[in-house]
Amino acid sequence: MAKINGEEVTNAAGKTIMEYLTEAGYDSRRVAIERNGSIIPKKSYEEVIITEADTIEIVSFVGGG
Amino acid sequence: MKQDKLVIGGHEFESRFILGSGKYNVELIDAAVKHAGAQMITLALRRANSEGEGNILDYIPEGVTLLPNTSGARNAEEAVRIARLAREIGCGDFVKVEVIRDSKYLLPDNSETIKATEILAKEGFIVMPYMYPDLNVARDLVNVGASAVMPLAAPIGSNKGLVTKEFIKILIEEIDLPVIVDAGIGRPSQACEVMEMGAAAVMANTAIATAGDIVAMAGAFKSAIEAGRSAYLSGLGRVLSSGSAASSPLTGFLQE
Repeated sequence: MAKINGEEVTNAAGKTIMEYLTEAGYDSRRVAIERNGSIIPKKSYEEVIITEADTIEIVSFVGGG
Repeated sequence: MKQDKLVIGGHEFESRFILGSGKYNVELIDAAVKHAGAQMITLALRRANSEGEGNILDYIPEGVTLLPNTSGARNAEEAVRIARLAREIGCGDFVKVEVIRDSKYLLPDNSETIKATEILAKEGFIVMPYMYPDLNVARDLVNVGASAVMPLAAPIGSNKGLVTKEFIKILIEEIDLPVIVDAGIGRPSQACEVMEMGAAAVMANTAIATAGDIVAMAGAFKSAIEAGRSAYLSGLGRVLSSGSAASSPLTGFLQE
């Protein structure tokens, strides 16, 4: 099962990054994504397909000092 | 008069107040930035929430430079990872390197900070490292490509003021990059003092976030930082070692 932001996610594998982001309610313009330790460039969101073995981090900006 | 600009990594700023965005409602950011007159605001990077709350980027006025920090990094490698992710969001090349492995006092790890700065500067980042004010470390940071140094005045979030004053003074004297005092500044008077000393800028977050009126305090810091800068540029008057010096003429008294 794909692991996304520390959680096992059942419905992610087989989808592109962009499909997953849209379905899960993320704003693709406001995030950065790391898959198995490597950054996925924004231009590849439509092409990269999530697999069962992937560990994915979806990050965005929050307030900080 | 020649325009007084702060230059960091080739970018010019008129404001010398870097505002933090932590620990207060994002809806106040726009007003706080405007009252602060800030042209640069710090942000942190965290796992994203899906849906619900608005993104902080929607609350930051246009034209304000974003300074993502690497908070959460415990070593150079983690700082580099966070910086790269932050840049990927697409908001510029600035990064405030912050490497902390002491969770009680939140003091920066200077040696890991140097390592991260070197890697990120080589990758084209404009690196502004948060550091403990040590002259040797500041020199190393210059040599590995930092664009500014950000020494702490006191532990993060403490509002204790210029605890490291003498050491910051040494950095200001010896380091050619902008010395931006970060962390611990609790009051406008302390921001003013450090600007009078010749600091290039002040970064403040908790002093604003924990104030009674956040937006008004942002304005108070703006005034204090501007006053301190003007005083520095003017050249402070001398201090007598003893005695006094009359300000009014010593002739023409009525009793003569």
